[in-house]
Amino acid sequence: MLEIKNLHAGIEGNEILKGIDLKVNAGEVHAIMGPNGSGKSTLAQVLAGREGYVVTEGEVTYNGKNLLDLATEDRAREGVFLAFQYPVEIPGVSNTNLLKTALNEIRKYRGEEELDTMEFLSLIKEKMKLVELDQKFLSRSVNEGFSGGEKKRNEIFQMAVLQPKLAILDETDSGLDIDALKIVANGVNKLRSKDNATILVTHYQRLLNYIVPDFVHVLYNGKIVKSGGKELAFKLEELGYDWVKNGKSEEVVNH
Amino acid sequence: MDKTIDIKDWYILNFGEFEKKLNGGKESSIHQKRKDALSNFSRLEFPTIKDEEWKYTSIAPLLKYNFVPSYEKKIVSEELIKSLLFDEMEHSLIIFINGRYSAENSLLLNLPKGVIVGSIADEIKKKNEVLLKHFGKYADHQNHIFTALSTAYTEDGAFIYVPTGKIVEEPIHIIFITDSGNEKILTQPRNLFVAEKNSQVTIIEHYVGNEGEIYFTNSVTEIVAEENAVVDHIKLQEESKKAFHIARMEVDQERSSNFSSHLISTGADLTRNDSNARFNNEGGECTLNGLYIIDGTQLFDAHTLMDHAKPHCNSHEHYKGILDDKSRGVFNGKIIVRQDAQKTNAFQENNSILLSDEALVNTKPQLEIFADDVKCSHGATIGQMDDEAKFYLKSRGIGEEASKGILLHAFASDVITSIKIESVRNYIEKIITEKFNQ
Ligand SMILES: Nc1ncnc2c1ncn2[C@@H]1O[C@H](COP(=O)(O)OP(=O)(O)OP(=O)(O)O)[C@@H](O)[C@H]1O
Ligand SMILES: [Mg+2]
Repeated sequence: MLEIKNLHAGIEGNEILKGIDLKVNAGEVHAIMGPNGSGKSTLAQVLAGREGYVVTEGEVTYNGKNLLDLATEDRAREGVFLAFQYPVEIPGVSNTNLLKTALNEIRKYRGEEELDTMEFLSLIKEKMKLVELDQKFLSRSVNEGFSGGEKKRNEIFQMAVLQPKLAILDETDSGLDIDALKIVANGVNKLRSKDNATILVTHYQRLLNYIVPDFVHVLYNGKIVKSGGKELAFKLEELGYDWVKNGKSEEVVNH
Repeated sequence: MDKTIDIKDWYILNFGEFEKKLNGGKESSIHQKRKDALSNFSRLEFPTIKDEEWKYTSIAPLLKYNFVPSYEKKIVSEELIKSLLFDEMEHSLIIFINGRYSAENSLLLNLPKGVIVGSIADEIKKKNEVLLKHFGKYADHQNHIFTALSTAYTEDGAFIYVPTGKIVEEPIHIIFITDSGNEKILTQPRNLFVAEKNSQVTIIEHYVGNEGEIYFTNSVTEIVAEENAVVDHIKLQEESKKAFHIARMEVDQERSSNFSSHLISTGADLTRNDSNARFNNEGGECTLNGLYIIDGTQLFDAHTLMDHAKPHCNSHEHYKGILDDKSRGVFNGKIIVRQDAQKTNAFQENNSILLSDEALVNTKPQLEIFADDVKCSHGATIGQMDDEAKFYLKSRGIGEEASKGILLHAFASDVITSIKIESVRNYIEKIITEKFNQ
């Protein structure tokens, strides 16, 4: 589904990603872990098409297409979804308006009929239950005045409505209490299928107790320095990132 | 300099011609006002950027043309008029074409007894007492050259009179259409709206012209809201991008009256709007809101004056601008709180979005406070479109243009939503949508 080869990217002349290789197949969940500033969000944003980041080398193929050639909105229409580490507040734009416009633009792109208001509302209601978000959020402005946890749940809610093929969740677990974490994880698990894939960017092994990854990668200083199965997350939790930083470990699990 | 004198002479010379065409309108006392105004006009000078009030707005481009009043009767198509109406709304309609009332296009709904809606020219002929009492009382022509010009050339415009206790349920929609063709037409709508004690009315002034045509609209609107009257005023300015639009609104508010103004504008080549309201007695409420959307080399200048002459009054002002290309915006919001005016609340806010590096806004609050027990605040922001928000929308599959449109709608939304009539809000939303999807 997604193949990243030797990806170098930066901003304003600073190279942040220094040669990333990653392959994600349909049906898989990949966790990307790494210390602050290692480039996790940069990778996520580059994949989503954030302007300002410059790719200097490498390629990204997504379902046979050159992802880097696609406009941000077309990536989304092709099924890429980014749950933001810091969801943006947009005063004056209601959640419903955002979702309805987005959903219909995506459907139009795929040659599907637009949803009428009734169909849209019933879809929305169903998905809200999934993340236990109150209906009053629908008419509120996007993320405006939401608590940290509500913002994260709203991201998962949007994901549930838009039903992406490749979901990239950037620290969706950070700052969540355990109940909220379970809700978010439950939402993600329910959406898992053999046809879609998930990249979980996280700091903490905790999330991986609820969403079990197929692979864990450690990103450090713009490179994936270690990849393995879910046990790698436990090892990181135990030994800390110094373990990878010092480069002491030899064991690299291939997949 | 010489050019300016030419133009002044031009308007003075044309006055004789204008006077000749005033059949029947010459006898009333209004004509003395015209002549006084003409002599003021010849005494006054057109402002230059050396005048503090015109610092950022040069009217030199306006003075390049010899505009003339139109004496010919023009007819406009039904389709054009239809396209200017609000959907699903019953409203009285009065139409002016090139400054002149067009009875055959106008449609007055059943109005409460005693309410007058129509042409000020007719009322001048009838020597309407309300008109004679109020006309020219609020928009002085001693010191203001454009008002002097308007007053000298007083011919037609809208007159609305709502007597004590009458409620006009349906909004009154006044459309001023300029069909200039190759002529450089000068229209000077001269409006007077009087709402007596305990009355209520909603009035929409709507200015339109053919795109690309060069003409000059110089309008003066005087509004009186007597005790406890509620007057909602909306002005839609959809002039040609080559036109000149100079407008002045003077509002006189008596005890416990409630006035609101919404100015929605897509500009002209050069626009200057003076919106002035004065609390003449206690307990008044006044809202002055505005939204303008300009591009190219358009210049839009809004000057407001909120005169708190009496205690216990509240005023709210919120102006917003969206500027693209090399357009320029000016906002000057003056609030005077006079010595007597204790317990005043006056709020003012001006926000602008610049869509290009070359667009420019000059914003200036001007607070003159002589009372000590007042709450006054003002704020101004000038910014770009929020790129993060745009990326967020695009990352959800919404296209570049649509994302821009959504964000600009959102920016404009608080001014639009404070308009009470839904179909007018929809009309404005449509203007914005068309503007950003072109
Ligand atoms: N807009 C920017 N301009 C300059 N430097 C940037 C910019 N964005 C990110 N960086 C730098 O790039 C590096 C990687 O940042 P990134 O946000 O990708 O890290 P991260 O792994 O997501 O960190 P965290 O765990 O704190 O979320 C950091 O050193 C950061 O300071
Ligand atoms: Mg990050």
